[in-house]
Amino acid sequence: MTEGSQRFKGVLLILAILGLWETVGLLGWVNAKVLPPPHAVAIKWWEYLAPQQPYDPDSGSRLTWLLSGELIQDAMGSLYRVLAGFIMGTLLALPMGLLMGASRQIHQLCNPLLQILRPIPPIAYIPLSILWFGLGNPPAIFLIAIGAFFPVLMNTIAGVQAVDGIFLRAARNLGASRSTIFLRVILPASTPYILTGMRIGIGTAFIVVIVAEMIAVNNGLGFRILEAREYFWSDKIIAGMLTIGLIGLAIDQAMSLLNNHLLRWHRGLEH
Amino acid sequence: MDSSIVISGVNKTFPTPHGVVVALQDINLEIRKGEFVCLLGPSGCGKSTLLNAVAGFSLPSQGLIKVNGQAVTQPGPDRGMVFQEYALFPWMTVAQNVGFGLEIKKLPKADIRSRVDALLKLLKLSEFSERFPRDLSGGMRQRVAIARILALDSPILLMDEPFGALDALTRRSLQDELLRIWSELGKTVLFVTHSIEESIFLADRIVVMTYRPGTIKQDIRVTLPRPRDSASPEFNKLKRDLSELVSSEQARHEDAERRALTTD
Repeated sequence: MTEGSQRFKGVLLILAILGLWETVGLLGWVNAKVLPPPHAVAIKWWEYLAPQQPYDPDSGSRLTWLLSGELIQDAMGSLYRVLAGFIMGTLLALPMGLLMGASRQIHQLCNPLLQILRPIPPIAYIPLSILWFGLGNPPAIFLIAIGAFFPVLMNTIAGVQAVDGIFLRAARNLGASRSTIFLRVILPASTPYILTGMRIGIGTAFIVVIVAEMIAVNNGLGFRILEAREYFWSDKIIAGMLTIGLIGLAIDQAMSLLNNHLLRWHRGLEH
Repeated sequence: MDSSIVISGVNKTFPTPHGVVVALQDINLEIRKGEFVCLLGPSGCGKSTLLNAVAGFSLPSQGLIKVNGQAVTQPGPDRGMVFQEYALFPWMTVAQNVGFGLEIKKLPKADIRSRVDALLKLLKLSEFSERFPRDLSGGMRQRVAIARILALDSPILLMDEPFGALDALTRRSLQDELLRIWSELGKTVLFVTHSIEESIFLADRIVVMTYRPGTIKQDIRVTLPRPRDSASPEFNKLKRDLSELVSSEQARHEDAERRALTTD
C-alpha cells in the first residue's frame, strides 16, 4: 500500500461523507434548518468570507477591501487574542519553569500552589475575569494566557529535570560558568519538552478563545457561531465551525514546522 | 617538579541503604608529566571514582589531589575528560562541539574556526564538521569528544573507559590514534579500563585496583617497546600475570553481588 493511495482513500472518505450528507438533504430526510446540506454551507461560507461592500478606491487599498469580509475580520480577531494570550502565558511560564526545573528549593516552594491551581480549568476563571477586566479583549486574553501557561510550565519543568547529568558534567569540565550552562546546555537540552508544552498550550489557547468570545466580546469566530444560533443560521454555524477547524489545523502545522526546524538535531522527530 | 598529578592519602566513602561503602581507601599515586597511566580493575573497584575525583566532579572524603601543584577543588579545562557515553551536545554540530570550550574561553571567532579546523583534520573529521552527532557512528562521536578536549589544550587527559562501547576494530583504530596524539602532543593521560589487553597496549604504567575497598593492588611499569605487538610472548606473559591479579578481584566482586542479592 503506497502512501499516495492511502491519502487518496482519506480524501475519498471525506467526499463520501459529503455525498451522503447532501443526499440526506436532497431526499428531505432532515430539515435543512437543522442540518443544511454541504452546498448551502459552502455558499454561506463564501458570503461570510467575501467583502460586504463593493470595492471603493476612496476608502482604502484593494487588500484592505479583500480582507474586509466578516469571516476574515473574525478570524483575525480570534488569532490576535490567541497569540496575545499565548505569548503572555508562555513568557510567564518559561522563566518560571526553567527556575523551578533547575532549583529544587524553588520547586518545593512553588509546587504545592501550582498543584492546587493547575486542575482549575481556564473556563472556570470566566466569572472572575469579567469582574476583574470587564468585557472586551482583556478578560479573553487573560483566560487564554491561563490556558497556555500550565502546559508550557509543566513541560518546561519536566524538560529541565530530564536534562542528562552527563551534559552538565561535560560542560563544567570545559570550564562553563553557571549562566553558560543554563543558556547553552540546559535550555537547548530541554527544548523538545518546551516545544511539546507550547504545542499543547496553543491548542488549549485555541479552545479557550472560542469560549471566551462567546461570553466576553462581540466579534471573533466564537462570538459569530453563537450569534448565528440566535438567528437560526445553522449554515453559518457550520461554516464558522469548519473555519475554526481549519485555523486550528494551520496553527498546529506551523508549530510542527517550527518544531522540526528547532529540533533538527534531535532523534525521533515528530512530523 | 615534573609530577603532573599527585594523589595522597585519598579516601572516598558513600552512604548507601546497606551501610557505608568504602569506594577508595588510602590511595597514593604520583603521575609524571607525559606519562600514560591506566587504572585497571573490575567494575566497582573505584577506578572511575578516582578519575572523577581527579576531574573534580566528586571530591575525596579525605586526602588531597594536586594537579600541577594546585589542589583540585572543582572541574576545570586543565583536565579534559572523555566519557564512555561521548557526552557530545546533540544540539551542536561537530564543529560547534569542538569549539565550545574555546567559546567559553572567549577566543575570537576566527581563532576558534582555525583551531577547530586543525583539530578536525587531526582526527580525520573534516568532512563531518557541519553534521550533528546523531549522524555519526560511535567511533566518530568519540573522535569528536577527543577533539573537543584537545581544543582546550589541557596538559592532562582523563579518559573513563572511552572505547568501552565500541566494536573491536573501531576500538583498535582509536587506540592507535590516541597513542599517535599522545606521543605528538606529550599529554599526561589517566585512562580507566577493565580491559587487560587495552591497558597493556596503551600504558606506560598499569595501576591494578582491588574491589571494595578500592585500593592500589599493584603498580606495574610496562617496558615493552612501542608499537606493541599483542602476539609477542612478552605481551602475553604480562597479560597472564595481570589476568591473575584482576581475576581474584573479579571473583570478590561477583561474590559480593551474589551476597547482596541473597540477603535482599
